[in-house]
Amino acid sequence: MVKIVKTKVEFEGRFRDEYVMVEGEEIQAWPGSYKGKLVGSPSPRLEAGAKVNGSAKYTHDIYLPGMLYGKFVRSPYSHAKVKHVDLSKALAQPGVVAGYTANDVPKLTGEKQIELFSDEALYQGAEIALLIAADEITLHDAIELVEVEYEPLRHLVDPEESLRLRGSHAIGGKDNLSGGTPRVYERGSVERGFSDADVVIEQEFRTQAAMHNCMETHGSVATWEGDSLTVYTSTQSINNVRAELAEKLGIPLRKVRAISTYMGGGFGSKFGGGKYTLAAALASRALGRPVRIVLDRIEENLVTGNRSQTIQKYRIGAKKDGTLTAIQLTSVVNVGLQGWTADIGGPTKMTYKCPNVKVELYGTRTNLVSSTAFRAPGYVEGNFGLECALDELASKLGLDPISLRLKNYADEDQGDKIAYSSKALKEAYERGAEIIGWKPGEGPTRRGTKVRAKGMASLIWWGGGGPPAYAQVKINTDGSATVVTASQDIGTGTRTAVGQIAAEELSLPLELVSVQIGDTVTELYSPGSGGSQTLASIGPAVRSAAHDAKSQLLDIASQTLDVAREAIALDSGWIVRKSGEKLSSVADLLDKFGGATVTGKGARGPNDPKHQVNTFGAQFAEVEVDTETGEVEVLKVVSVHDSGRIINPLLLSSQIEGGVIQGMGYALWEGRLIDATSGVSLNANLNDYLVPRSTDIHEIQSEYIEAEDTSNNIGAKGIGEPPIIGVAPAIANAIKAATGIRLRELPLTPERIYRALKKMDDWTSSARYF
Amino acid sequence: MTAQPGLSRYLQLNLNVNGKSFELNVEPRISLLDVLRINLGYTGAKKGCDMGSCGACTVLVDGKTRLSCLTLAASVTNSKIETVEGIENDPKGKILQESFIKHDALQCGFCTPGQVISALFLLNTRKSPTKNEIKRFMAGNVCRCGAYPKIIQAIEDASKVI
Ligand code: FES
Ligand code: FES
Repeated sequence: MVKIVKTKVEFEGRFRDEYVMVEGEEIQAWPGSYKGKLVGSPSPRLEAGAKVNGSAKYTHDIYLPGMLYGKFVRSPYSHAKVKHVDLSKALAQPGVVAGYTANDVPKLTGEKQIELFSDEALYQGAEIALLIAADEITLHDAIELVEVEYEPLRHLVDPEESLRLRGSHAIGGKDNLSGGTPRVYERGSVERGFSDADVVIEQEFRTQAAMHNCMETHGSVATWEGDSLTVYTSTQSINNVRAELAEKLGIPLRKVRAISTYMGGGFGSKFGGGKYTLAAALASRALGRPVRIVLDRIEENLVTGNRSQTIQKYRIGAKKDGTLTAIQLTSVVNVGLQGWTADIGGPTKMTYKCPNVKVELYGTRTNLVSSTAFRAPGYVEGNFGLECALDELASKLGLDPISLRLKNYADEDQGDKIAYSSKALKEAYERGAEIIGWKPGEGPTRRGTKVRAKGMASLIWWGGGGPPAYAQVKINTDGSATVVTASQDIGTGTRTAVGQIAAEELSLPLELVSVQIGDTVTELYSPGSGGSQTLASIGPAVRSAAHDAKSQLLDIASQTLDVAREAIALDSGWIVRKSGEKLSSVADLLDKFGGATVTGKGARGPNDPKHQVNTFGAQFAEVEVDTETGEVEVLKVVSVHDSGRIINPLLLSSQIEGGVIQGMGYALWEGRLIDATSGVSLNANLNDYLVPRSTDIHEIQSEYIEAEDTSNNIGAKGIGEPPIIGVAPAIANAIKAATGIRLRELPLTPERIYRALKKMDDWTSSARYF
Repeated sequence: MTAQPGLSRYLQLNLNVNGKSFELNVEPRISLLDVLRINLGYTGAKKGCDMGSCGACTVLVDGKTRLSCLTLAASVTNSKIETVEGIENDPKGKILQESFIKHDALQCGFCTPGQVISALFLLNTRKSPTKNEIKRFMAGNVCRCGAYPKIIQAIEDASKVI
């Protein structure tokens, strides 16, 4: 029987109502005491072999017969009128197959109005024209022969300037304040909270725009068979890409197939198809040949979005004993041309018990590419400000930072006042403090010019997952099983984790389970891989499907082998009596039916509306600051997480380490540098944009507290994003503890630290972190 | 590179890749990386940047690591080229690959072929490298997923077996 359930669905802290179809019998969540054979085991990735020997095919690796290559002509200016585009010299080159400007769009799209090119470039890298050629060298040569006449116009890249000039210089004719008003959240009364306070502190922090720089740049290969489109694409959501293409091309969903078997990183930047995918599909349709558009590293840095730059002003009131009475945050968020204002106030609203909270966010438009989601969007930025401010409060009150946090521990969700499905943050503080050797009041240790000290930060995030997510588990004639769902593995280990869940439920060795994901042809909807929700969404559906397959198999066995249904079970590929006696192998059983297979179906049920599902963590850093050079070494990070049941501790530790390392990059080195004078990016590549490298990494210890959580049938919560959230403040707090200096602006580069240590004035340069 | 656009005079060359010899007609300016990937189908070597900053394209040329994106195919005609697809036959390569799998020294896996090749060269030149030597040696291979701790562990572990 199919049941229809209305439920609230959360994604990165945004909620929407959704109706979901739930099939089959509801299965109970594994209790906290359940110890799985496969679930909870550190199995290596199912696809690891293909990744180490080069056989894993990524979108970049798709070269189809007769394939053409496409590349956009892009604006070198952050704001310019496009007066004239002349493709004639480029088109005259042998090997150049086609070229399109704004005037040619109808040739590609027919009736449909699609905006592909800009006649006014509103950010650097905006698409002006498209060339298609038979090979890449010809294409690159031809791009240089395109003549574009630009009229450079005044650019606004500084969000504070953009807000000031809101009246006179509306970017693209739209209000520079995104949405026309600030986004305001309020609970209680901050005025009352501040008047109740014994101390009030005011703090300002700034964070930079960070670039995803996925190792596989964004790209797609499109090919048509009749009126059906297949697109190979490097994405976090094959279903989003499919829906976007069907909509933009005006063709039915069934005519679009999106494939992403392996993909080289997304981190939030690959939720949609983008213009490159659409253009590849359109050009391929027009030219009757497969078309590939893969961005180069510079384009990747210019046009695929970024974490927003922010300015955060905090006012925090507290009693002498540390009890928070009010927190107020006012923040400017640089969203670029039309990005979304990520919730910088998330940590402020949610982390601590506080009756009076006010958050005002000024999403501000600039002549920069639209910002986009980046691993825990908003929370990474906001947590830096909040957790640094809290440390300042602790030192003002003479309290240990952990005691202050425990004093304001939230036992229930602060917004809706509902209970958490589980929360083990206290235990995380304890475990982390013990491992790093936290001693309240411990001062720095000095050795020559180097000083060492520790810092910490808390974190809260979403990651409860939810419907809709559908899966099937097939038991094949040879007794092996196949998990099928239109999810994708972006490097987090989805294949392996869902394989383990199915193997557990079917009591099969993992070698006999294969996982088919990354292809919409299966029509089994699964959400995008983001919001730390993949496993908690699709995992329970896979378990239900496996359970359904198992019960069908036992029905067949009971009738075929003439034993009571209650008396038999599945064990390692055998139908056994509950006493243990083997009755028949699954393969032999199915063989009796001429190569039959059994298909179990599963759907993700809704979360319990009486509980709020969040993930929590405590992160500790020990740093060494060289007071002569301003350099920081992060000697040790201890990252302790409450993410519910751990399906695979090996892959979990990879997620934690990866998040911590990206957090270190954000804290110390990364940042988009814009030349304020010309408005163009100064570091749109991997030489000048400094991502962490092996030499930057010292000890990272990942830990977890396995809190029992029954909000879904596998008990798992997410882990993709939490580990990046508290790293920057933990490091900044450690630097403060080491040097006595509070650094308020990310990234904490050696020159900034050196200048602060030597009490030098701020360096003035037109290169700014916007 | 606009000097003579479109006037691609094709060049005939011979490449020895993974022990096989290939006769090719290519654009003189084509990189070794593009020849491997497009002409020969060895897509293990990846293009992370095409400008020498990420290491994803690392291959072995006469036993030494080389960024194939910065190498003209025409400049290595007399050399022995090895890509990740070929190293399974090298006992050390096999041990390294297994160690990467066991330690989960990869996430998305896009940087992995380059990491494995760089690590193989390291183990061919240094018997038991220290952790710091490994880190320094591997600093040219970017992993945006941040698999570094496990990559270092996997290499250290493999070096003990080799
Ligand atoms: S692709 Fe060669 S170094 Fe990045
Ligand atoms: S595993 Fe993703 S870049 Fe290294």
